[in-house]
Amino acid sequence: MIRGVSRVLLIEDDPAVREGLELALTRHGHRVRAVESGEQGLDRLRTDLPDVVVLDLMLPGMDGFEVCRRIRAVGEVPIIMLTARGDDMDVVAGLEAGADDYVVKPVQPRVLEARIGAVLRRIGRDQAELERHGDLTIDRAGLVVAKRGVPVSLAPTELRLLLELSGTPGRVHSRQQLLESVWEHGYFGDSRLVDACVQRLRAKIEDDSAAPVYVQTVRGFGYRFGPV
Amino acid sequence: MAPRPSLGLRARLLFAFALLCVVTAAAVAGGIYVQARNDILQRAQDAAVQAMRGRVEELFPLRTATPGPDELSDMAETVSDQSGLAIAFYNGVHATAGSQRPPGQNAPNLDPGVIPPPRPGRNPPVLDPGAIPLSLREKVAGGDIAWQRVVWQGEPYLVIGAPVVIVEQDEKTQVSGIEVYALHSLLAEKHSIDGLAVSAWLIGGAALAFAVVLALLATRGVLRPVRELGRAARLLGEGEMRTRIAVRGSDELADVARTFNNTAAELERHVKQLREMEADARRFVADVSHELRTPLAALAAVADVLDEEAARLPEPAGRAARLVSQETLNLTGLVNDLIEISRFDSGVAALALNEVDVAELVRATLRARGWSELVHTELPPAVTARLDPRRVDVILANLVGNALRHGEPPVSVRLCADPHWIALEVRDHGPGLDEAVLLHVFDRFYKASAARARSEGSGLGLAIARENARLHRGDLTVANAPDGGAMFTLRLPRWAHDPDGGPE
Repeated sequence: MIRGVSRVLLIEDDPAVREGLELALTRHGHRVRAVESGEQGLDRLRTDLPDVVVLDLMLPGMDGFEVCRRIRAVGEVPIIMLTARGDDMDVVAGLEAGADDYVVKPVQPRVLEARIGAVLRRIGRDQAELERHGDLTIDRAGLVVAKRGVPVSLAPTELRLLLELSGTPGRVHSRQQLLESVWEHGYFGDSRLVDACVQRLRAKIEDDSAAPVYVQTVRGFGYRFGPV
Repeated sequence: MAPRPSLGLRARLLFAFALLCVVTAAAVAGGIYVQARNDILQRAQDAAVQAMRGRVEELFPLRTATPGPDELSDMAETVSDQSGLAIAFYNGVHATAGSQRPPGQNAPNLDPGVIPPPRPGRNPPVLDPGAIPLSLREKVAGGDIAWQRVVWQGEPYLVIGAPVVIVEQDEKTQVSGIEVYALHSLLAEKHSIDGLAVSAWLIGGAALAFAVVLALLATRGVLRPVRELGRAARLLGEGEMRTRIAVRGSDELADVARTFNNTAAELERHVKQLREMEADARRFVADVSHELRTPLAALAAVADVLDEEAARLPEPAGRAARLVSQETLNLTGLVNDLIEISRFDSGVAALALNEVDVAELVRATLRARGWSELVHTELPPAVTARLDPRRVDVILANLVGNALRHGEPPVSVRLCADPHWIALEVRDHGPGLDEAVLLHVFDRFYKASAARARSEGSGLGLAIARENARLHRGDLTVANAPDGGAMFTLRLPRWAHDPDGGPE
């Protein structure tokens, strides 16, 4: 569990919000780099190597979705979106663009802080054996997932979701349970987070995401790993 | 029901038409009938009387001034016309035409040879004195020629009586005491008149039938626009503001149609205007809420900092910082609620349905807010339902929060379920709510007491709770429990319909 110094890249165009969040996050011990546009954010991503990106979706110039996609194209840094309440379509689009989580503005810093903590939290490395599930190998110690021997690059949330599901193959996890265990959202999180993350995970590990083998949907209940 | 009044109108119109037709036909046909009948009879009568006069002339010169039965019979024979029915009286003696033998005291004669025999093989009728009305005899006895219509043996006759008058040298006339009476058959006239009556009936009937058809057509012509008007008015009432009716012609019904169309157009304009104003107002609220969000986001970001630093600030500044922090939270809640309700108003609120264990959901709501110890629950296990857990959590948190804040303990939550619905009852044991309050608790910004001008919460909580329930196609209602305390009941379908598919 990383505690204390984490590098946060904050991309927010409104100076007051930017300054307020910077102030609050810095006060909680994060090293915050605040920029006002997507282009600057992408530049900083390369030079600063942040642990997490906090991204406003409504940006002038390059919009948040595009920024999100570009960040995903170069790496698996966790992304937390800042969205406007009531813009449901934005949430869905943002999750599809690769965001790990979202918070609704106006956001209380302690909420944002908790989400940052959740996406950065690591899984304990106590289980050392290598698991094989069909073509998939999961190294719980090294946090490496490979398919037919080729490593698969997974975002932290995707990895945690896969580890959570594959820890108990064949058992059904409800969306609520997954929100609590993977996103630490508590009981009433947005189940679309789970669905969007499952879609992204399937795109990376399944041969055919329309007919998934590893992460299967149990209609009306949730998701299940295997049986392979 | 629509058909009943129009049927009634139709029946009334039909009845009026028929009545009018019958009265007119009866007046016209009846008048003509009476006139024609009188004419026919008058003419027949005049001719018969004229003929009678002529035949009476033939009696002269009299063979004797004191005729016996045979002479009387001859006289009767002379005055009879083709029916052969005649009778002569003199001095209490009478004889009928064709009677050859002297009459008895009273017996009328049978005479088979009388012309014309009405029907072969049947005895012709023989006149008897009783056939002559007494009033007629009195007139004739007075020296006048007189006539009267009678029905004798079922057939109509004209009885013409004439006194035989002797004219003396000095031009004086003197009644001889001989009276002759002849019957003239009116059968032919009766047939003519009967034919007339039949014609009158036939024409009347035809006119009536024609009138009914005409009335039907007329009522259809009147009723169709009326029905159309009724239908259009109903549509208008149902909110179909574009309803208009076709204006045909320039009669009163067309006027009504025009008036209706004008009224509908006015109404449509007004409703449109009102809707626009309402939409404007709602959009304004939504826009204001959205505009407030950005500065609030900045405020909210630093409110935490301020709050945490408050303890270290010197006193007035510290209290001010806490106040700013707290009010920023409240303002955030209000703006969030306003945005939420704007979303319901604009119809963009959507369900994120999930199959959940309802008891677990209730427990999670209570646990998340630290209410588990304060609320008594009756939650049967294994009740699952497909609903939006976040929205149900919002409803429950609002209801339980209100009960804890405004009601008296114990506050209880009870879950009931049937195969199609779940019901969650949240009740407290306080005094309950006034009737007047019960009606308005779900109104936006409704405050139960004017004194409590500003309580915790935005004043939109229950309105949002109800909108959330209705989004599930359920409902949220309130009542006072019989043994005191307010009881809110949330009813939700167990398998809520998901309009946009959503997650499976």
